[in-house]
Amino acid sequence: MADMHAIRVTVNGLPYEATVESRLLLADFLRDHLGLVGTHLGCEHGVCGACTVILNGRTVRSCLVFAVQADGAQIMTVEGLARDSQFHPLQEAFRDKQGLQCGFCTPGMLMRAYEFLQENPNPTEEEIREAIAGNLCRCTGYQFIVEAIQDAAARMAVASR
Amino acid sequence: MKPAAFTYFAPSSLDQAVSLLADHAPEAKPLAGGQSLIPLINFRLAESRYLIDLNRISELSYIREADGTIAIGAMTRQFEAERSELVSRTIPLLTEALRFTGHPTIRHRGTVGGALAHADPAAELPAVAVALGAELVARGPAGTRTIPAGEFFLGPLSTALAPDELLVEVRIPQLPPRAGWAFLELSRRHGDFAIVGVAAVITLAPDGRVERASLALCGAGPKPVRASRAEAALAGASPSQERFREAGEIAAQEIDPDSDLHASAYYRRRVATVLVRRALAEAHRRATEGR
Repeated sequence: MADMHAIRVTVNGLPYEATVESRLLLADFLRDHLGLVGTHLGCEHGVCGACTVILNGRTVRSCLVFAVQADGAQIMTVEGLARDSQFHPLQEAFRDKQGLQCGFCTPGMLMRAYEFLQENPNPTEEEIREAIAGNLCRCTGYQFIVEAIQDAAARMAVASR
Repeated sequence: MKPAAFTYFAPSSLDQAVSLLADHAPEAKPLAGGQSLIPLINFRLAESRYLIDLNRISELSYIREADGTIAIGAMTRQFEAERSELVSRTIPLLTEALRFTGHPTIRHRGTVGGALAHADPAAELPAVAVALGAELVARGPAGTRTIPAGEFFLGPLSTALAPDELLVEVRIPQLPPRAGWAFLELSRRHGDFAIVGVAAVITLAPDGRVERASLALCGAGPKPVRASRAEAALAGASPSQERFREAGEIAAQEIDPDSDLHASAYYRRRVATVLVRRALAEAHRRATEGR
């Protein structure tokens, strides 16, 4: 008999109820059960950062949390960044600065950068590089990602003025 | 890969967790932050029939002063300890080491107790616990006992905890006056496991000599290694670059590093020589400048 548990979560502001097996990873729950396939699963052991989501206000790796552990939690995924079909300034900056190539790492990069810019709205290049050290990108060499985050910081500063 | 099936419990009190563990040990594993255990489960390198999730036990999450020590509940998140004003004031070596412990996203979930109980020989917190002479408090069906950090770590991923015991608290002595500290680490990428890391504390006598030095290294053997001969060579010495360099060379002979994908044992010894010297110099600078 599979070990099943009823859970309730709020994802990007919407409530969900589900019954999940205890071994189901939060990342697989988001993707396969809720259809939120923006969250990417790369390494499945907490190294690549592609599956980063925000759980109760802090980034976590959704491959290192079981769905059952998220019972009662507020979750934000990359699908929650845009508002009213308007890209978040971070998304615009990634697009304009070509902060992505294949796009696989992008959801994790965006969620980590979203959190980081809230803590540090005016970061140096060095601070950005350290902030995203837990997110691997195999295409860009990081330079355009760093520039995109700097650009997003500037856009967000203007927007909040 | 995906995890194998297991039965999941999420007790809300420590008493419940201890009794669940007693009922199901040795086939049960406590789950703390999961930042080391869940990768092993995903790879099916660790398989437990029962997982006892400690994340709903709020009584295990605290940082408080107790009899000259700082008591940290095992389920305190690493980022909470990292940002704690009490910790940075009284045991700043821990604050400094936590910045090397994985990435911020890992520290949001990872716990202080989990990093200690997992006992990865390359991890920072076990070395800090050994360098500072911490005590680890374990609770099992027979009651509570206290284990000195020097006796807690037995080998890679192996501790003095019995299968039915939980680590519930770590007690870390506050740094004494005239003490300086440093944590230095070499890794390929910030936040990765240490190729070698060094935790150092120097306490000066009123005349400026070294009263006591503590040195523990990670990535340097099957468990955190205390460099006792280097410590002994420093005790009573007049601090100087030359003494620190000698201590580095002694420490490099005391460690027992492995060769692996990341570095050879030879390279690790060379790195240890340099990091110990630098850590001692930084600890001494802080001891003389009053932090």
